[in-house]
Amino acid sequence: MSDREKATASAFMTHEVGLHARPSVKLTKLAKTFPAGIQLALSEEGPWIDAKSIVRVMAFQAPQNTMLYFRAVGDRAEEALAALVKLVEDDFEVEVGGESA
Amino acid sequence: MSDKVGIVIVSHSPEVAKGTADMVRQMVGAAVPLAHCGGNPDGGLGTDVAKIVTAIEDAWSEAGIVLLVDLGGAETNSEMAIEMLPEERQAKAVICNAPLVEGAIMAATEAWGGASLAEVRATAEELSPA
Repeated sequence: MSDREKATASAFMTHEVGLHARPSVKLTKLAKTFPAGIQLALSEEGPWIDAKSIVRVMAFQAPQNTMLYFRAVGDRAEEALAALVKLVEDDFEVEVGGESA
Repeated sequence: MSDKVGIVIVSHSPEVAKGTADMVRQMVGAAVPLAHCGGNPDGGLGTDVAKIVTAIEDAWSEAGIVLLVDLGGAETNSEMAIEMLPEERQAKAVICNAPLVEGAIMAATEAWGGASLAEVRATAEELSPA
C-alpha cells in the first residue's frame, strides 16, 4: 500500500465561456505550483488529463456550467485541490502569482 | 537574471510580434523573460537578423531561450541570429516548430513553472501535427 497523500475534489464551473484560454493558463499555472501529480476530468470515471499540461488543459475545452473533477497524488495533494477548487469557484478571478513555487 | 527559460517572438510584422507578446504578458505574467521583434531594417514587413540577436539578448536566461517564429524568412533569419551568438549560448537557443501565438503561450506557461529548455520546446511543439 502506498502511503502517498491522495485527494479528490470537484467544483462547478460557471465561467461564462468555460475553460478557454485565460482560465486554462491560470489553472495550469496554479497546478504547477504544487508538487503533487494532479489530474482533471469532466466525469468521475475520466478520462483524466494532466492538469499541469497547458496543451492538454487548453485542448480540454470544458464548457460553461460543467462539473470539473480533480484528483491528486503526492505531497500537499489536499492543499492543491483546495486551491484549484477555489480558483474555479471564484470564477478564475484570482491572480496566480508571478513566481512559481 | 531569471532562472526560467526565456521566450523570443519573431514575426514579419512588428504589430503581430508585439500583439503576441502582449498576450503572453497578460496571460502568463512577467516572471518569464520575454522579447519580441518584427519588421525589416527599413520598417517594412520582414525580419532582421540584428533585431533578432537583440531580442535574444533581451530575453536571455541561463536556462536558455526558445524562439517562436512565423513564416519562412523568420526561421532562416532566426537560425542566422543563433549562429551569431557566442558559442556557449548557441546550444541554449532553439527554434520551436509551432504556431506563433499558440506556441508562445504554451511555451511561456511551461517556462513559468520552471521547466527545462527541452520541456518548454516539447510543450510548444505538442501543438503541431506529427
